[in-house]
Amino acid sequence: MNILVCVKQVPDTTEIKIDPVTNTLIRAGVPSIVNPFDGYALEVAVRLKEAVGGKVTVMSMGPEQAKAALKECLSVGADQAYLISDRAFGGSDTLATSYVLSVALKAVEEKERAPFDLIFCGKQAIDGDTGQVGPELAEHLGYAQITYASDVIMEDGMLQVKRESDEGYDYITAELPAVITIVKTPFEPRYATIRSKMAANKAVIPTLTAADMPIDTSRCGLKGSPTKVKKTYTPVREKHGIKIEGKPADEAARELVGLLSDAKIM
Amino acid sequence: MDFHLSEEQKDLQALYQDFAQNEVKPLAADIDREERFPQETVAKMAEMGLLGIPFPEEYGGAGMDNLSYAQCVEELSRVCASTGVIVSAHTSLCATPIYLFGTEEQKKKYLVPLASGEKLGAFGLTEPGAGTDAAGQKTTAVHKDGHYVLNGSKVFITNAGPADIYVVMAMTDKEKGNHGISAFIVEKGFPGFSIGKHEEKMGIRGSATSELIFEDCIVPEENLLGEEGKGFKVAMITLDGGRIGIAAQAVGIAQGAIDETVPYVKERVQFGKRLSQFQNTQFELAAMQARVDAARLLVYRAACAKDAHEPYSHLAAMAKLVASETASDVTRRCLQLFGGYGYTRDYPIERMMRDAKITEIYEGTSEVQKMVISSWMGVK
Repeated sequence: MNILVCVKQVPDTTEIKIDPVTNTLIRAGVPSIVNPFDGYALEVAVRLKEAVGGKVTVMSMGPEQAKAALKECLSVGADQAYLISDRAFGGSDTLATSYVLSVALKAVEEKERAPFDLIFCGKQAIDGDTGQVGPELAEHLGYAQITYASDVIMEDGMLQVKRESDEGYDYITAELPAVITIVKTPFEPRYATIRSKMAANKAVIPTLTAADMPIDTSRCGLKGSPTKVKKTYTPVREKHGIKIEGKPADEAARELVGLLSDAKIM
Repeated sequence: MDFHLSEEQKDLQALYQDFAQNEVKPLAADIDREERFPQETVAKMAEMGLLGIPFPEEYGGAGMDNLSYAQCVEELSRVCASTGVIVSAHTSLCATPIYLFGTEEQKKKYLVPLASGEKLGAFGLTEPGAGTDAAGQKTTAVHKDGHYVLNGSKVFITNAGPADIYVVMAMTDKEKGNHGISAFIVEKGFPGFSIGKHEEKMGIRGSATSELIFEDCIVPEENLLGEEGKGFKVAMITLDGGRIGIAAQAVGIAQGAIDETVPYVKERVQFGKRLSQFQNTQFELAAMQARVDAARLLVYRAACAKDAHEPYSHLAAMAKLVASETASDVTRRCLQLFGGYGYTRDYPIERMMRDAKITEIYEGTSEVQKMVISSWMGVK
């Protein structure tokens, strides 16, 4: 099976501190990591490859430094990597990003002379937290999409996907090709070995630019991005809510309805 | 002189740190309390290639250098000194002498499984009556009918029990003293070889320390390591390298103690101030960190000299002398900053202080290191 995993290099938000004066993130000196959900996606992909055979390619859109994230992926099971990088792609929002990825994916398929059967993304990146790129990529490609999956196996040529929802789990069957976004899995991603780490360090990662693919640059970067960020701010911490405790359920419910109607919510 | 790590060394250091923090640290208190050998960790380390770092890939190793190996022991020991010494004894004391003195057949048969982590190694030199005075060996090996027959016992052997392969010293010619000692590769399961008393120790309690017993133990003659009568040399050269591993362990313990102490003093309030706001705390920690860095540089210098195939015996001795005394002193001072809480098992600092002491004793006491250094200085 020919699998693609889309990854993003993000600042390690556990290491980020907030500037107390400006209320903005202090980015300087913060290490860059592979978006953790993309790491889980890669682990699911590598496990699937180990089960049914095939190849795992990782692809990232970003600056030259994002090659470090791709090398990290190569050290934990990816077979090859592509960096998608061009000034024209800078400042892309999720719509423009997913468009670039969809075109780049086709360019990689052409280069490798092999279509991707399955595309994995993390459910969201920990810096932007939108969760939109995976689903939008599926739409651009016209493929089936399954979001918030925690495990994926192949059975009789069909995908069997375990999907997390607020109510429990959905078990979904799907045909290939498909785009799947991955949540935190019950298993941890593997560690690199010394050998895989050293091999990844030596790997040459090809870069695809806008010139390498038939892309409409008016749909990329800032000008291709309908999203406009008007303001970012730290929300004011509201005082705690009211807890109705130590009363029988019907009495507590009546009190709650009273409070809600007083507040003109009901 | 270049104090920068290569990209590869930096990457691997990050890998060791990640593994140590996530897989080794959570077990450290338990294996200490239960005096339990962390078999599960050893299996994970084998898979990652941590049990053969400085050996060529053709022998199952990772093909890295001794500096990276020292950094691995350091990072492991920073969170768990027991795990650090398991790797150090295996790599420096068992796999290394086979790599340096073994025949091609011996390397294929023993170094490959050791370096790939499939088998664990140990080293038997110390005897009840022959510690620092290693020449006083009582274990004998008699050559007859195509094999050697070993009789005697070894004590305080790290990894004894869990280990599969042992490099063991024995007297083949008592008349010749040092020149009558020979080295052997002994497998677990050789007839007449058994594991004796398990030592209950003050520190590094997760590392197995036991007696080796040889009762007419049959060792095939092809398992003689190096030439007959050259065992003392094998042992001394092996210990030179081992000292880099133990010195790295000591640096790791000391740094680990500081790692634990800094957040504690920033939280703990006395007299209306955080401990970190008192100048005594600031000066103590500053002086400790400077000492740990100095010790670390000595360890890295010795490892680099070994990698460059330069004489490093005195450098390893200096590194071990300074690093082990630093570990003992720094852990003791850190515990003082913790106060009464540091004396309880709720915090790891008392374990670190117990773990540190052994680094001044094993693989050559501090006094032996001084002998090596003064002899190199020509002070006789």
